[in-house]
Amino acid sequence: MSRLEIQLPGLHLKNPIMPASGCFGFGKEYAQFYDLSLLGAIMIKATTAEPRFGNPTPRVAETTSGMLNAIGLQNPGLEKVLENELPWLSQYDVPIIANVAGSQVEDYVHVAREISKAPNVHALELNISCPNVKTGGIAFGTIPEVAAELTKKVKDVSEVPVYVKLSPNVANIVDMAKAIEQAGADGLTMINTLIGMRIDLKTGRPVLANRTGGLSGPAIKPVAIRMIYEVSQAVSIPIIGMGGVQSAEDVLEYFFAGASAVAVGTANFVDPFVCPTIIDELPQLLDELGIDHISECIGRSWGKNAKTVNYSS
Amino acid sequence: MIKKELMRVISQQSIAENIFELTLQGDLVQEIKEPGQFVHLKVTSSTDPLLRRPISIANIDKRENQFTMIYRSEGLGTRVLSEKRPGETVDVLGPLGNGFPLDAVSEGQTALLVGGGIGVPPLYELSQQLVDKGVKVIHVLGFQSLSAVFYQEKFSLLGDTYIATVDGSYGEKGFVTDVIKKYGLSFDTLYSCGPTPMLRAIESEYADKNVYISLEERMGCGVGACFACVCHTAADPTGFSYKKVCSDGPVFKVGEVVL
Repeated sequence: MSRLEIQLPGLHLKNPIMPASGCFGFGKEYAQFYDLSLLGAIMIKATTAEPRFGNPTPRVAETTSGMLNAIGLQNPGLEKVLENELPWLSQYDVPIIANVAGSQVEDYVHVAREISKAPNVHALELNISCPNVKTGGIAFGTIPEVAAELTKKVKDVSEVPVYVKLSPNVANIVDMAKAIEQAGADGLTMINTLIGMRIDLKTGRPVLANRTGGLSGPAIKPVAIRMIYEVSQAVSIPIIGMGGVQSAEDVLEYFFAGASAVAVGTANFVDPFVCPTIIDELPQLLDELGIDHISECIGRSWGKNAKTVNYSS
Repeated sequence: MIKKELMRVISQQSIAENIFELTLQGDLVQEIKEPGQFVHLKVTSSTDPLLRRPISIANIDKRENQFTMIYRSEGLGTRVLSEKRPGETVDVLGPLGNGFPLDAVSEGQTALLVGGGIGVPPLYELSQQLVDKGVKVIHVLGFQSLSAVFYQEKFSLLGDTYIATVDGSYGEKGFVTDVIKKYGLSFDTLYSCGPTPMLRAIESEYADKNVYISLEERMGCGVGACFACVCHTAADPTGFSYKKVCSDGPVFKVGEVVL
């Protein structure tokens, strides 16, 4: 077994590195830079039942060591994703994690049922944490009972394991995670973006047409690490960590905090080769730290009484 | 093919108020296909500023493996870029996007090149390539004021060049469209790059002509993955069809997308 291989519900990852949803489209753009089969998995752009155009521009604004985005879940809709995007991706030897979004429960259930039938979709990522749409999205991700109810309904119809993407924009992330675990989720992905705003001094107006946007990038990494550290010790399901990852060191920090795999988001925009570069660098970093297998890193920061971790599908 | 390369700074100089001319050298130059393509620059290896900066290409010298950019220093990223000195390197991703179609005008015909402010630079490489092809070029270049004017002499060597300034401190007072009308400039093909209000004015005036415009929009990835720089298509102005400025553009035929 390769020292980077990780086994998670539904996912046999040859390495624990995957592009995060919304930062990689449906893969085509990055396929011109490298072989997508190198990746551990791909989290594709959020898919909704119907096509969405998304928000007016400007949709992005830069911040100190981060960026705000308010794309608004632009996507071609379930039918086109099933017809075009997923079959195109099937030429690569890489499991797909389909990000599922909607504005009402029925939408989520419908998309989850249909997209989970696609042969290369090995897991779902339930998007209850998008801060940039007026209805749905984060509305499902801020009240534990509501999130749990949706998780149950999606679990009932999904043919593959369901991971739920947590929003950091909540009062108590541990309560949220526990409610979702009890509802039957197979794993968690965290964190989605933090809600933020930038104001242009010349116009006196918010830079983003949507006014607010989701903050991502290195600026949010400490928030994600703290939340994963807390949640991973309170639940028994695995966590795919994300937020500002741009190096092999960042990946191990996430593992030490309690993540079992890591997604790379904003860094793809800065360096299109960042995912394969991190995958290349991980073995040497493990050598330097005297670690045989990357799974030994999971929860290493928890302390003496930490539980042992052994997830399998 | 899109490359990522640490390119070497050959020269950098200020050519107008807050306007810099930067020449870089590297193999990526050989990949540039058309005038109007752009590059995406990472000006520092640190995380602030984090994102790349899209900048247009003003001059290509394949023999010397060099290209030149002209940009305005107006934020942290371009300010850091303006401090780069010869021998230092810049992380360049490119060439990106689709440029101006040279075959939209034939030898012996007339092309009108209309630029506004920091939209002027890509027209310089375009003009040179059109002249090489035997096309007659006319330039109408708009700037805020005298202090912002650059490359007038270089453009004048290629063809008639009219300058307009918003405040009237140099050339004609007013907008580029006023100049075109005042001098009754006629053309077979019009190429334009500049602020969106200028492009809108050109679109409403010359919608029935052979016109190509280069758009500017805030970008994330620059390669079509992040959906930051999306615009509606004119055929479906409120629907779901779209074009990405970075990878479908930045040059579009007038009337193709909603400005």
